[in-house]
Amino acid sequence: MSALFKGKNGEFLLGPLSKNNPVIIQVLGICSALAVTAKLEPAIVMGLSVTAVTAFSNVILSLLRNTIPTRIRIIVQLVVVAALVIIVDQILKAYAYEVSKQLSVYVGLIITNCIIMGRIEAFALANKPWPSLLDGIGNGIGYGMILVIVAFFRELLGSGSLFGCRVIPDSWYIANGGCYSNNGLLIMPAMALILVGLIIWVHRSKNKDLIEK
Amino acid sequence: MENLLNIFVRSIFIDNMIFAYFLGMCSYLAVSKTVKTSFGLGIAVVFVLLITVPVNYLLDNYVLKAGALQWLLGNEAADIDLSFLSFIMFIAIIAAIVQLVEMIVEKFAPALYNQLGIFLPLIAVNCAIMGASLFMQQRDYASVWEATTFGLGSGIGWMLAIVCIAAIREKLKYSDIPAPLRGIGITFIVTGLMAISFMSFLGIDLGKLKPQAPRTETAAQPVSGTVQANADFETVNQ
Repeated sequence: MSALFKGKNGEFLLGPLSKNNPVIIQVLGICSALAVTAKLEPAIVMGLSVTAVTAFSNVILSLLRNTIPTRIRIIVQLVVVAALVIIVDQILKAYAYEVSKQLSVYVGLIITNCIIMGRIEAFALANKPWPSLLDGIGNGIGYGMILVIVAFFRELLGSGSLFGCRVIPDSWYIANGGCYSNNGLLIMPAMALILVGLIIWVHRSKNKDLIEK
Repeated sequence: MENLLNIFVRSIFIDNMIFAYFLGMCSYLAVSKTVKTSFGLGIAVVFVLLITVPVNYLLDNYVLKAGALQWLLGNEAADIDLSFLSFIMFIAIIAAIVQLVEMIVEKFAPALYNQLGIFLPLIAVNCAIMGASLFMQQRDYASVWEATTFGLGSGIGWMLAIVCIAAIREKLKYSDIPAPLRGIGITFIVTGLMAISFMSFLGIDLGKLKPQAPRTETAAQPVSGTVQANADFETVNQ
C-alpha cells in the first residue's frame, strides 16, 4: 500500500496543497471559490463537491484517454463532467437541501470550473488512472483549503460566528453596551477578492521562488 | 419597455458578472494583460451570450421545465419534469453554439476570426456563459426578449470589467508593487477595489422611476389601516 504513495505519487497528492495550489498559484476555479465563501458551511460542502467531481472525472477520462479523438475531446470532457455534477447536485438536494439552496447556481457552475477542465487537460489525458485520482483529490483539497480559509475570516469578522454558532460574545456588541460591531463589508463579494489577494501576498512572502518577475 | 431597460442596466452595473458573482474570473485574470486582446475577448463573450441565453431560455421553457412538453405531447406530458437534465443540455447547447459561431465567423468575417481565433473555443468553458444561462433559469424571466436583454447586458458588463482591469494592469507595470504581490496578487486586490466602487450602483432601481401611483397607494395604506383599527376599536367598545 505504501508503495502506492511513494515518490511522484505522493507529490501529486500533496503538491497542490501549497507549492502548486490550484487557486492561488495556477489561478483556476476562482469563479466559484469566492462566491460561496461568505459562510463556512457552504464553503466546505463546495470544497467536498469539487473534490469528488475532480477525482472521478480525472479517473474516468484517464481511462478513456486513448479512445477519445482529440478534435472532439472538449465535448466528451464536458459530458462526463456534467453527468458527475448532476449526480452531486441530486445528492445535495436530497441530503443537504438548505446548503444546496445557498449554493444556488454555483453547483451547476462546477461544470465550467476551470480546475476540473484544467486538470483533465493538463494531467488526466496524459497519465494513468491512479496518479490521476491522486492529482484530482490533491487539487480538490487544495481548492477546498483556500475556500475554508477565506470563509473562516469572512464569517468570523462579517457575522461574528463560525458554522452559524455565535463566537463573539453578545455583550461586546454596541447594542448591548459594548464597543464591537460586525464588519458588514466582509459579507460583500468585494472583500473575498481582497482576502485572496492578501493570502497570495502571505503565501508568496513565505515562498520566495514563486514571486513573479 | 421600462422593464427591459431595467433588466439591461441591472445586468451591466448592479448584477455585474465579475464584480457581483465572480463569473468568468479565470479568463478575466488570464487574458487581461493588454486592452486590445481583452476587448476582443469581451466582444466574443457578448456575442456568444446574446445567442446562448435566448436559445437556452426556449429550451428550458419548451422542453425541460415541469409540464413544458405539453405543447408537443398533450396532457399526458403534464407531469414530465426534465429539469434535472438542464446542466447537461445547457452545456451541450453552449458548446455547439460556440462551435457554430466559430465556423460562421470564420466563413463570413475572416478579419474578426483572426482577432478572436484563439478565444472562441475557450469561451465554451467560460463560467460567465454557463452562469448566465443558470441565472436566467433561476430568475424565471417572463419572455424571450427579457432573457435576450439579460444576456446582452451581462455580456457588456463583463466586457466593461475586463477592459477596465486591462487598462489598469497596463499602467500597473510601471508601479512599484511589493514583490510578493506582483502579477496576480495585485490584480485580485484591484478587482476587489473596483467591486467596491461598483457597489455604489446597488441602489438603482429603474422600475421605481416611472409609476407615481403606487406611492400614493402606500401612503393611503396606513390611513385605511388606522380607520380599520378605529373600527375594530369601536366594535370592541360596543
